[in-house]
Amino acid sequence: MRLDVLNRGYGPGTKLLFAVIQLFSRQPVPDAAKLVFYRPDFYGSRAKEFTHEAMRGPSAWSVGDRELMAAYVSKVNECAFCIGAHSATARQAYRDGPKVATVLADLESAPVEDGLRATLRILGKLTREGKVGAEDMRQVLSAGVSREQVEDALAVCAAFNTTDRLADAFGFEMLSPEGFEAGAKYLLKRGYR
Amino acid sequence: MKEVHRAVLSEDKKRAAYRALQDRILNGEGRASPQQRARAFSNAGLSPPLDGLLGKVATRPAQVTDADFAAARAAGFSDDELFELVICAAVGQSARLYDAGLAALADAVAGEEDG
Repeated sequence: MRLDVLNRGYGPGTKLLFAVIQLFSRQPVPDAAKLVFYRPDFYGSRAKEFTHEAMRGPSAWSVGDRELMAAYVSKVNECAFCIGAHSATARQAYRDGPKVATVLADLESAPVEDGLRATLRILGKLTREGKVGAEDMRQVLSAGVSREQVEDALAVCAAFNTTDRLADAFGFEMLSPEGFEAGAKYLLKRGYR
Repeated sequence: MKEVHRAVLSEDKKRAAYRALQDRILNGEGRASPQQRARAFSNAGLSPPLDGLLGKVATRPAQVTDADFAAARAAGFSDDELFELVICAAVGQSARLYDAGLAALADAVAGEEDG
């Protein structure tokens, strides 16, 4: 990563934990995981809490839907690391690879429910343009999406607009396909806390 | 009714967790001054070379380069200060998006109730 403290600035306990993770997953510890262990009182602890709540807390959206939103927002931000991580997680959650691939390739022609499509569309617009209007929101609501679902989707959008920026700014190293699959398995089993 | 109540509570929990993060990075103890962190968060009032690095974090993060960090380091910023300021810039931009989305949603719902 671009800041040396993020590569090396960990205490003995954290270094040991990284070694154990590496041993059991047989993959390098992802930079996304390292980041939240660096001075966790500043960012990591609260960021994990919020991201877990957004991605795994109570919601009418499935875990697969929320992982797909994370991948889609990351696509709009052109964040290669997060696209890799969350498309793998969405594929595993849905047990449906083609669905994720088609949404990321072309949302408008992808075979997904209208409500999910309308929601992804507005998250894309908000991320790209920095704003959305009441009319945009009315279109999502009229596609059958509840107010609570829109709020839940906006929380996912906030979490990944933060993570995407940190991944690109700090320069998270890309993982191999096996590395992303192992990370996805962990995120589905344990979440973000 | 119970369902509705639960939805409201869980929503509050998401926003409360986000507010706790914002509050910590802006007002808690840090190596960068609270003023610098506030400027990074709002992407306003930053001077060179920080404005280059943090402006990219806010608006075009995929374009951040090693040179942006090198310029900030050459101006005397430590890794720990840059760690904090980049986080403030990233959370600040997402907070603006979150607020803009929630405001548009509130307008849409209010409009439906009026009509």
